[in-house]
Amino acid sequence: MIPADATGRLASRVIARLDIKGPNLVKGIQLEGLRVMGDPAEHAVRYYHEGADELLYFDIVASLYERNNLVDVVARTASQIFVPLTVGGGIRKVEDITQLLRAGADKVAINTAAIRRPELLTEASRIFGAQCIVVSIEAKRRPQGGWEAYTDNGREKTGVDAVEWAQLAVDLGAGEVLLTSVDMEGSRRGFDLELMDAIGPRVGVPVIACGGAGNIDHVASALRSGADAVAVASLLHYKTETVGSIKRGLRDRGLEVRE
Amino acid sequence: MTTPRVTVIDYGIGNLHSVVKALRHEGAEVTVTSDPRDVPAAERLVLPGVGAFADGMKGLTERGLVGPLRAFAETGRPLLGICLGMQLLLGESEEYGRHEGLGIVPGRVVEIRREAGFKVPQIGWNRIYPPNGKSWSGTPLGALAEGAMVYFVHSFTAVPDREEHRLADSLYAGQRISAAVRRGNVWGCQFHPEKSGTVGLAILRQFLAA
Repeated sequence: MIPADATGRLASRVIARLDIKGPNLVKGIQLEGLRVMGDPAEHAVRYYHEGADELLYFDIVASLYERNNLVDVVARTASQIFVPLTVGGGIRKVEDITQLLRAGADKVAINTAAIRRPELLTEASRIFGAQCIVVSIEAKRRPQGGWEAYTDNGREKTGVDAVEWAQLAVDLGAGEVLLTSVDMEGSRRGFDLELMDAIGPRVGVPVIACGGAGNIDHVASALRSGADAVAVASLLHYKTETVGSIKRGLRDRGLEVRE
Repeated sequence: MTTPRVTVIDYGIGNLHSVVKALRHEGAEVTVTSDPRDVPAAERLVLPGVGAFADGMKGLTERGLVGPLRAFAETGRPLLGICLGMQLLLGESEEYGRHEGLGIVPGRVVEIRREAGFKVPQIGWNRIYPPNGKSWSGTPLGALAEGAMVYFVHSFTAVPDREEHRLADSLYAGQRISAAVRRGNVWGCQFHPEKSGTVGLAILRQFLAA
């Protein structure tokens, strides 16, 4: 029986993010300098066993070279990972999505192609369902206030307002928002909480905070600032924390997480 | 022990790969089919699916699967509907109009009521509990602790007519969500066992042993 004190709220999700370049797991500093961290498949399976609620693979050079290397990593890991798997980087058309889903992905994250042609979100969401389509937004603070959406891992300006774009992308069919702060990504100084607060409560779909977590307090703050989930990378790859220790820390701070 | 065999119904909707991989991981020999002639002889069936109810029924109807699935449900052999596959077991849905379902479990499918502070669809991990006085023993949920967390993605929710057909409940946005249903050896889960980590794999393992 549902206990009388149940809140009916979802657990905060802890997502392990793996940036992939060619065959390697890499970690970027402010999305610029890259360090090779090892085999992505091995890390992904370990994070799954540690209790990651979801995994996120990003091909960080795909949109530069207009190709996608991820199908192989997805196919190698999908038979061992039984939590949702989201894949992004270099997705330009419906056929790219079909190919990744066939390889075993559950959702795809789209940035550049959606900025260039927003109707892609509508087409993809009609075919695969909104639950499958994540809009990936790389937001960078404007000197005059607010945020601008960037593409190509924070390299290219678009002139698009990130907050307005989040709302439009959801209206067009995106079922989740993956929100990366270009300013904080790789900094380990925490998430951009104002950005989370500007977008999280405004869109009717879950928001995943990404970029900047340097400790468990940062993760907890993002979850309290309107994020439904957090994606962590450095904390895990450098073995500062495990998924398990992050979740214990969140529970100690009063947040509900999956055991 | 003999290898359990399972037939997964492909009716052109949603992504079957995850559920097939999870069933294989649990040692099943999996056949994927959209041919109604494969249904009567199946040892056990899985009806997966993600998407809209009307599209799901259309997919089943076009392939001539509706009659064979209804007949299979009467054989007493195990049938598991997942997500949309569970909703299709019900009698009707009010998703974008009124649509008839398989009618294996009497009841209907309604939209989750929108409440301030809760997003619809429900996407994420939530707890499931046996309804008052129910036991999960002898069902695919038999290995689970009360309050186990599983992964949901849905905007609509099944409302069985009869309390006895509820197998698991969940609470979301102040509403009692029917997380799993049961009628005889026909089971349905609204959540995705194939995406619910070790808890979900335990459900599939029990189903394969049924």
